[in-house]
Amino acid sequence: MIRHLGTALRVTVVSVIFFGLIYPLAMTGVAEALFPRQANGSLITVKGKVVGSAIIGQLWTKPQYFHGRPSAAGKGYDPTATGGTNFGPTSKKLIASTKSTIDALERQNSRASGPPPMDLVTSSGSGIDPDISPESAYWEVPRVANARGMSVAALNALVAKHVQGRIFGFLGEPRVNVLELNLALDNLKAP
Amino acid sequence: MTALGWLQAIAFFLIILAITKPLGTYMARVFEGERTWLSPLLSPVERFIYRVCGVREDDEMTWYVYALSMLAFSLIGLVYLYLLLRTQKWLPFNPAHVDDMAPDLAWNTAVSFTTNTNWQFYSGESAMSYLSQMAGLAWHNFVSAAVGIAIAVAVVRGLIRTSTKTLGNFWVDITRCSLYVLLPVCIVVGLFLVWQGMPQNFHAYQSVTSIQGFAQSITGGPMASQEVIKELGTNGGGFVNANSASPNENPTPLTNFVEMLLIFAIGAGLTYMYGKMVKDTRQGWAIFITMTLLFFAGFAIAYWAEAAGNPIVHHLGVAGGNMEGKECRFGVAGSALFATVTTDTSCGAVNAMHDSFTALGGLVPLLNMQLGEIVFGGVGSGLYGIIVFVVLTVFIAGLMVGRTPEYLGKKIERREVQFAILAVLVTPVLCLVPAAIAAVVPAGLATLNNGGPHGFSEILYAFTSTNANNGSAFAGLGPNVFYNLLTGVNMMFGRFAVAVPALALAGALAGKTAVPESSGTFSTRSPIFVALLIGVIVIVGALTFLPADSLGPIVEHLLMLQGKTF
Repeated sequence: MIRHLGTALRVTVVSVIFFGLIYPLAMTGVAEALFPRQANGSLITVKGKVVGSAIIGQLWTKPQYFHGRPSAAGKGYDPTATGGTNFGPTSKKLIASTKSTIDALERQNSRASGPPPMDLVTSSGSGIDPDISPESAYWEVPRVANARGMSVAALNALVAKHVQGRIFGFLGEPRVNVLELNLALDNLKAP
Repeated sequence: MTALGWLQAIAFFLIILAITKPLGTYMARVFEGERTWLSPLLSPVERFIYRVCGVREDDEMTWYVYALSMLAFSLIGLVYLYLLLRTQKWLPFNPAHVDDMAPDLAWNTAVSFTTNTNWQFYSGESAMSYLSQMAGLAWHNFVSAAVGIAIAVAVVRGLIRTSTKTLGNFWVDITRCSLYVLLPVCIVVGLFLVWQGMPQNFHAYQSVTSIQGFAQSITGGPMASQEVIKELGTNGGGFVNANSASPNENPTPLTNFVEMLLIFAIGAGLTYMYGKMVKDTRQGWAIFITMTLLFFAGFAIAYWAEAAGNPIVHHLGVAGGNMEGKECRFGVAGSALFATVTTDTSCGAVNAMHDSFTALGGLVPLLNMQLGEIVFGGVGSGLYGIIVFVVLTVFIAGLMVGRTPEYLGKKIERREVQFAILAVLVTPVLCLVPAAIAAVVPAGLATLNNGGPHGFSEILYAFTSTNANNGSAFAGLGPNVFYNLLTGVNMMFGRFAVAVPALALAGALAGKTAVPESSGTFSTRSPIFVALLIGVIVIVGALTFLPADSLGPIVEHLLMLQGKTF
C-alpha cells in the first residue's frame, strides 16, 4: 500500500502541475490573444465607462427602459450570488410571488395588450438572464413608448432589429438582449 | 411540444451517432497502447510522466492491485483538495479574497470532486479561489474522469482476456486517458467556448455602474478551461452556483448544444470501443441501441411535462410552458434536453433549476439516476454500470432456459453474479436508507426550501444524486453539518462500492477460459437481448424506487393537477 501511495502522490503532483496550472494558464494566454473581448467578460463601454457585460443581465426599474425577468440572484441580478428561486411547482411562495409579479407588471403596463408572457413572470435559472423573449419585449413597448414620448411603431421596429433568432434556425429560442436593446434606445434619442 | 424542440433532440442524437465510431476507434487504440496521430506530440510527455512518477509501462496489475492503486490515488486526491480548500485564503490566485472553507463543507466538496460527483453545497463565485477552481476542482475533473474510464477499460479487459490474472496498469491507463483523450478535446472546444463568449481570465471581480446607476460586480476566472472538462468528464461541478444556467458558463444556444454533446461523447464512444475491443462491434451497438431507447423515452416525458407547464401558474392568467428556473436562450426544449442528458450520465451540470421543474419533469432526472446512469452514463462508470446489468440479464436469461449463462464466451457463475448483485444493490440501499433517515430527523428537515411532497423530493433527489455520483440537485435543499457529512459518505460508497465489485468481477472473468459459441448460446446482440436488458434495468429500478418516487414527484403531480399548494 505504501508503494501505491507513493506513486499516487507523485502522479498527483505531476498532474496538478500539468492539468491544474499549465493547462488553464496556457488556455488563458491563447484566449486573451485570440478572443480578448470574450475572454475578459464581453464588457460594454459607454463614454469610456464600463456599464455592464453583454452576457450578464441587469436590473432595470425605470419605465423608459425595457425590463428583464424577475431575478433570484442576491438582491436582483447579482453575478456573485447566481441561482434561481428553487420553488417547486406546488410551492405557495412560487404562486404568491408569481401573482405579485403579474399584478405589478399589469400596473406598470396598463397599455399592454393581454397578460404578460410567461418568461416575464418567472425567475430565470441563473438570476442574471440577459435576455427576454421577443413577445415580452413587444409586450413592454407601449409602456416604454409612453414614457419616452415615442411612437409604438418606431419602438416595435427597434425591437425587431434586436431579435436574435434561433442559431442555425433550430437551436435555442428567439430572444432579445435587454442591455443592448436599452443602449440602442438611448442612442435613438441622441441624434 | 414543438417540431423545432424535437429537432434539437434528434440533431443532437445524430451527431452523437456520428462521433461514436471514430471516437470509439480512437479510444480503443489509446487503451491498447497503439500509436495515434497525436503520439509524436504527446508520447514524449507521456514518457516524461512515467519517468518522474516511477511508473513502469509494462507492469501488469491484478484486479486487486488495480483497485488498490485507484483507491490510493483517490485518497491522495481527497486529502489534497481538502487541504487546498482549508488554506485557500493564504494561497495565490485569490483576487476576490475568498475565505477558507469550513471543515465539514470542505470534506463534502473534497469527496464530491474525488468521486466525480461534483455535488456542490457551496457557491463557486463566493466560496472558491481561482486556484481552488483550477488546480483543485478542474484537476479533479480531469483525473476523476480518467479514473472512471480506466476502470471501464480494465473491466473490458477482464472480459476479453482468458486465463490471466491481470487487467492492465492503472497509472498508464489514467495517464493515456488524460493526455490522449481528454486534453486535446479540452483545448479545442475550450477555445470555441471562449469565442462564443465564455470568460477566461484571472481578473478580480469588476465593479460596474449600470446606466440606471445600479452597482454590479462582474465575476471572472478561468471559466472556459474548466467548463469544457466539466462536461467532457461528466463531472458537472459549476464554476458558479447557477452552473450552466449562468450565461458565464453557457452564453449561447450553441454552447448549450456543444456542452450536451461533450457530456454524451465519451460515453457513446466507449460503447464502440467496447465492441472493438471484444472483437464484435455488434455487442457495442446492442448496448448503444439500449441506451438510445432509454434516452428518448426520458426526453419525451420531460419535454412533454415542461411544455405542458404548471396549471397552478396558468390559473393566474398567464400561458405557456414552465419557465420558472429556465433561461430565455434555451427555453423549455433546450432545458428539458439538458436535464435528460445530464442525468442519463453522471454529469449533473444543469442549465435550468431542476427543483423548479414540474413534478413529472423533475421525475425524469430522478429516475435516470435511479436506473444507474447507464444511458451513455458517466465516463467509464456508465459502461461498467451497464456491463453489470448485462451480466445480470444474461444470468436471468440463462435461468429461464435452464442453461449455464455465458457472455462473450465466458461462463457466468456464482462469483460473477454475486459481484454484479453487490454492485446493483449499493445504489438503492445507500440512497433510500439515508433519505428515510433525513425525512424524519429535525436536521434533515431544517434546510428544505419546499413543503409537502416536493420537500421529500428534495431529500430523495439529494441522496439519489450523491449516491449515483451525479451532482445535480433540487438545489433548494441547503447545506448543514448533517447533509455535508451524510452525503459525503454517500458519494464515497456510490463510487467505490460499485467500482471495486466491478473490478473484482473483471478479475474473476479474466481468470476464465473461453468456451466456443454454440447453437445454444443466447445471442447478446439480438433485439431480444436489447428488450430483455431494458426490461431488467427498468424492473430493477422500478421495483426498488417506485414506492419512494410515489411519495415525492408522483403524488405531487396529482396534487398539482388539483391545484394544491404547500
